[in-house]
Amino acid sequence: MKAFTTLNGLVCPLDRANVDTDAIIPKQFLKSIKRSGFGPNLFDEWRYLDHGEPGMDNSQRPLNPDFVLNFPRYAGAQVLLARENFGCGSSREHAPWALEDQGFRVVIAPSFADIFFNNCYKNGLLPIVQPAEVVDQLFRECEAAEGYTLNVDLPSQTITTPSGQAFAFDITEHRKHCLLGGLDEIGLTLQHADKIKAYEAQRRQSQPWLFA
Amino acid sequence: MTAQTLYDKLWHSHVVHEEADGTVLLYIDRHLVHEVTSPQAFEGLKLAGRPLWRVDSVVSTADHNTPTNDWDKGIQDPISRQQVETLDANIKAFGALAYFPFKDKGQGIVHVMGPEQGATLPGMTVVCGDSHTSTHGAFGALAHGIGTSEVEHVMATQTLVAKKSKNMLVRVDGKLPAGITGKDVALAIIGKIGTAGGTGYAIEFGGEAIRELSMEGRMSLCNMAIEGGARSGLVAVDQKTIDYVKGRPFAPKGEQWDAAVAYWSTLHSDDGAHFDQVVVLDAADIQPQVTWGTSPEMVTDINGRVPDPAQEADPVKKGSIERALAYMGLQAGTPMSEIPVDIVFIGSCTNSRIEDLRDAAAVARGRQKAANVKQVLVVPGSGLVKAQAEQEGLDKVFIEAGFEWREPGCSMCLAMNADRLQPGERCASTSNRNFEGRQGQGGRTHLVSPAMAAAAAVAGHFVDIRSL
Repeated sequence: MKAFTTLNGLVCPLDRANVDTDAIIPKQFLKSIKRSGFGPNLFDEWRYLDHGEPGMDNSQRPLNPDFVLNFPRYAGAQVLLARENFGCGSSREHAPWALEDQGFRVVIAPSFADIFFNNCYKNGLLPIVQPAEVVDQLFRECEAAEGYTLNVDLPSQTITTPSGQAFAFDITEHRKHCLLGGLDEIGLTLQHADKIKAYEAQRRQSQPWLFA
Repeated sequence: MTAQTLYDKLWHSHVVHEEADGTVLLYIDRHLVHEVTSPQAFEGLKLAGRPLWRVDSVVSTADHNTPTNDWDKGIQDPISRQQVETLDANIKAFGALAYFPFKDKGQGIVHVMGPEQGATLPGMTVVCGDSHTSTHGAFGALAHGIGTSEVEHVMATQTLVAKKSKNMLVRVDGKLPAGITGKDVALAIIGKIGTAGGTGYAIEFGGEAIRELSMEGRMSLCNMAIEGGARSGLVAVDQKTIDYVKGRPFAPKGEQWDAAVAYWSTLHSDDGAHFDQVVVLDAADIQPQVTWGTSPEMVTDINGRVPDPAQEADPVKKGSIERALAYMGLQAGTPMSEIPVDIVFIGSCTNSRIEDLRDAAAVARGRQKAANVKQVLVVPGSGLVKAQAEQEGLDKVFIEAGFEWREPGCSMCLAMNADRLQPGERCASTSNRNFEGRQGQGGRTHLVSPAMAAAAAVAGHFVDIRSL
């Protein structure tokens, strides 16, 4: 996993509530057995005017000029600004894979769906919850000023606007530690292998029907 | 000891290790695996040279990509075929307690297969790379969907890194009116709490109406907990749970059965247990539900109308309603019962079990598909459900009514196989999500119960099943 420490990134505003993971990456792209290459199909049904299928040359497809991701001013954005309940629906990790592959490293929203929120951390993508008023303010500032960037600092858990206004955000110590180090979570967990074995042995006694 | 909720009990009995910030390693008893969210996880294991921690925790089937007709021709789409064959190869290489591959008689939707095989048991933690894993909470199991990185983590360590959710009780008091199903209850609850109402919570469903639901009804309800934002839905264990599990292939036998039942009987919330939030519905108020928009919270009952965005004060919500009506091709104020349908889909992990098919067949019996309805797909949840339905003659009822009787799989719920809506087609669907494009790009989905779907098929438009 890519480590995350600090980032000063261009912000792209996606002004819709309840953006679901079917919209983030439609089902036909879930047939892939790979983890990479989903970026060009991020928001496929909103982003292109035609119907996308795996294997198409996406550079030749007609872009939807009304979709925010296609606005030239947001090209290269690394911070996605979103509305409440972002990432609801399907558990597909292809959603954070597609966002990350497109170049996003941070998503800021008033709330996230639980599974999506959790999946982000496994992929070096930082989801940040901010109060609705703050998100409203960021939307206004971002839409008003071309080239609007935010400075995201994980060690100090702050985001800072171009005018210097800073907002704190929460993250668990465990997630922060993993993101900062770009750590392999499985490797970390296996350091507790003896505890897992001891738990299993006790359970084999108390609930033997759970073991074939 | 202080009074605990069912969720508290399930959580605490699976904690292997806890860190200072409350992050725990949670032990996983059952890992359900399907073809879409597992290939990258198996590849991760291979690259790191890691085996499955516990082969006998894995139960697997292929469901999302499998076709529902012409099985003798195999899987026509080469990319879908590769994904299913990759699962075959991975299970062969890594092992499993049981695998029900494409065309096997036990094959089916993972959330139908698990319970019917007795692979889902009360008191277990159950995970799967699929958000509708909440279904298994109907058995008093702690069950939720996970991403592919977590699939790999469970495969390699038998644990998940997790934080405890808050407790919510949704109580449905009194008796449900005749013809009202678990699906209607689920949609009515989501209509009340919203699609993010359960975010951060495990929801326990309780009250007289829930106790009276069959196991199939409870599965439909818990299945849709995720559509209300909760990763897990739960129903306390009672005699119905135990009766359902008894005798299934992977259920305990003999002395172990007695010990298991003694333990399972403790799987309910204690009197006085603390819930962070309590939501109460009166069962008598619940009418047959129909969604009108592009989120499951955009729902009304069959006697309702399409809402008017002009009446909504919140600008974000107003924008959502306007966008939904434009996508759905609906006018504000239209009575739900006047909306015609093109396609009807009866199936999915929400509503493809035997009771669902019986409900739909009871409506279809002796009636005919309306002329304006192009296609009615009936897709059983598993090979075993299909066999049971055929034994009861339900297949003939559907075929005589002009419906298509298909092979099991996820089918048009998410349209990963060939079953999908064309742009602009309107579908009465017993599935769980009415998101834009969910059943095919440009497709328009209305979520309903199996009886309501069958009624729409014969009437040509939504209709109150109680008026038939």
